[in-house]
Amino acid sequence: MGYAIALRCRKCGREYPLEPRNLCDFCLSPLEVNYDYKSMAKAVSREKFAGGPQSMWRYRELLPVDSEVVDIGTGFTPLVKADNLGQKLGLERLYIKNDCLNPTYSFKDRVVSVAITKAREFGFDTVACASTGNLAASVAAHAAKVNMNAYVFVPSNMEPGKLAGTAIYNPVLVTVDGSYDDVNRLCGKLAARYNWGFININLRPYYAEGSKTLAYEVAEQSGWCAPDCVVVPAASGLLFTRIWKGLDELAMLGLIEPVNTHMYLSQAAGCSPIVNAFAAGSIHVHPVEPDTIAKSIAIGNPADGYYALRVARQSGGGASAVTDEEAVAGMRLLAETEGIFAEAAGGVVIAALKKLVASGLIKKSELTVAFITGAGSKTQEILSDIVQTSTIKPTPESFEEVFGVSV
Amino acid sequence: MVKRQVMFTFPQELIKEPIIYNLSQQFTVVTNIRRADISEDKGWVVLELEGEEKDIEQGIAWVISKGVRVDPVIGDIVEG
Repeated sequence: MGYAIALRCRKCGREYPLEPRNLCDFCLSPLEVNYDYKSMAKAVSREKFAGGPQSMWRYRELLPVDSEVVDIGTGFTPLVKADNLGQKLGLERLYIKNDCLNPTYSFKDRVVSVAITKAREFGFDTVACASTGNLAASVAAHAAKVNMNAYVFVPSNMEPGKLAGTAIYNPVLVTVDGSYDDVNRLCGKLAARYNWGFININLRPYYAEGSKTLAYEVAEQSGWCAPDCVVVPAASGLLFTRIWKGLDELAMLGLIEPVNTHMYLSQAAGCSPIVNAFAAGSIHVHPVEPDTIAKSIAIGNPADGYYALRVARQSGGGASAVTDEEAVAGMRLLAETEGIFAEAAGGVVIAALKKLVASGLIKKSELTVAFITGAGSKTQEILSDIVQTSTIKPTPESFEEVFGVSV
Repeated sequence: MVKRQVMFTFPQELIKEPIIYNLSQQFTVVTNIRRADISEDKGWVVLELEGEEKDIEQGIAWVISKGVRVDPVIGDIVEG
C-alpha cells in the first residue's frame, strides 16, 4: 500500500477521501494529494531508491498508488552536463534534464502513468483527455498498454504530425469542430456527464503527482542535492509547482539538505499570464488569449497559476517570457550545442535561461538545471524555414565545386 | 437540475454592472459565489450555477455576450 492518506484543498485545507475528484466542494479550489510522511520516511532511503527500477517508479513510495503500476518505460531520463551550451551562455555548471527521451517523447508520460494507474484502481474502464498533442499521445499509449478505452479530444486544426502520433495507439480520436475554447467547454461538460477517468479533470490531483519524479531524479542524479537554480516551462503551472513540491518532500524526508533552489518559470510572450502577474506584482493571474508557436504551453487561463506565482516568489526565483523568434533561436542553440532537439517549449526554456543569465539573476557558478520536457520532432513545421540545402550532381567534381572542398 | 462550476473574469468596463444579479433574474439560474477578487481595474468570481441545463447554457451565452470571459473553474482543460 502507498502512503497517500487524503485529498486536501490547497486553499482552505479541507480534506476528502482518495477518490476521483479535483475540486473542493466549498471553495472550488484545486485538491492535492496529502501523505503520511512520517511512515513514508521510514520506508525510503537513498540506497533503496538506487536499487529500484531504472524508471520513475523507483520512487513508488512517494507516489499515490496502491496497485500494480501502468508503466511503458517512463522516466530516469538523462541529466546531461551541458558544457557547450553553458559556455555560450556563461554558466559553469549547467545541466539539461532531457525528458524528450520518454516513451511518447514528453514528460507527460510521467503524469499519465500515475493517472492511468489510479483510473484502474478506481475501476474506470474508459479514460479521456483533452489535448493539443503531447498528453493525447501519452494517454492513448498507456490505455493501449492496459486495454482500456481511450477517448482523446483535440481541436480539428491540430497538426497532422501530432494526429498520427496519437492515432497510432488506436484510441477513439475525436477532432472537435470548433475553437480551443469550444473543446475546453465540451470536455468540462462531458466530464460531468460520463463516468470516465478524465486525466486532466477528475484524475488531476493524481496526475499532478507524477511530475514530482522529475525533481526526485534531478536530485538523485546530482548526488542527492537540489540545484541552485532551475528553469521550467509553464503552461498550467502544475509542473513548476510539483518540481518544487518534489524537492521539498525530499528535504522533509531527510534525503537532501533543506532546499534553497531558486525556481524560475518561463512562458512564451504570446501566452504569458503567469509572467505578467509576476512582473506586475499581482497575486492573481488574469487569463489571456494564447498566440504563440509554443502550443504545448499555450494555456491562457492556467489552473495552477496562483500557486506557481507563489513558488516563484517564495523560492527567490522569477518568471521570464520570450518571443517566438527567441524560442526558435533557443531550440536551435540547444540542438547545435548539445545535440538535443526540443519542442518549442524547450526553446522557450533555453531563451529564458539566456535572459536570466544575461540579467545577472542566475550566476555563473550556480548549479543550474534547465528542464526540456518534450521532443521537437512532433512539431517540425515551425522550423520549415531553417532547412537550407545545396543540390549537387552525383559526382565528386560537383560536390567539390559547390562546397569548395579539395582532396 | 444540474450544477456547473465556472469562473467569470470581468474587464474593467463591466466591473460596475450587476451581471451576476441579472444572470439569476433573467435565466432562472441560482448563483452561488465561492471565491472572488475584484479590484478597480479587473475582477474574477468563482461561482456555482444551478438550474436547468438549457437555462445555464443560455445564461452563460448571455454572460459571454456581455464581454465576460467564462472558464471552467480548474482553468483550461485542454493540455499540451
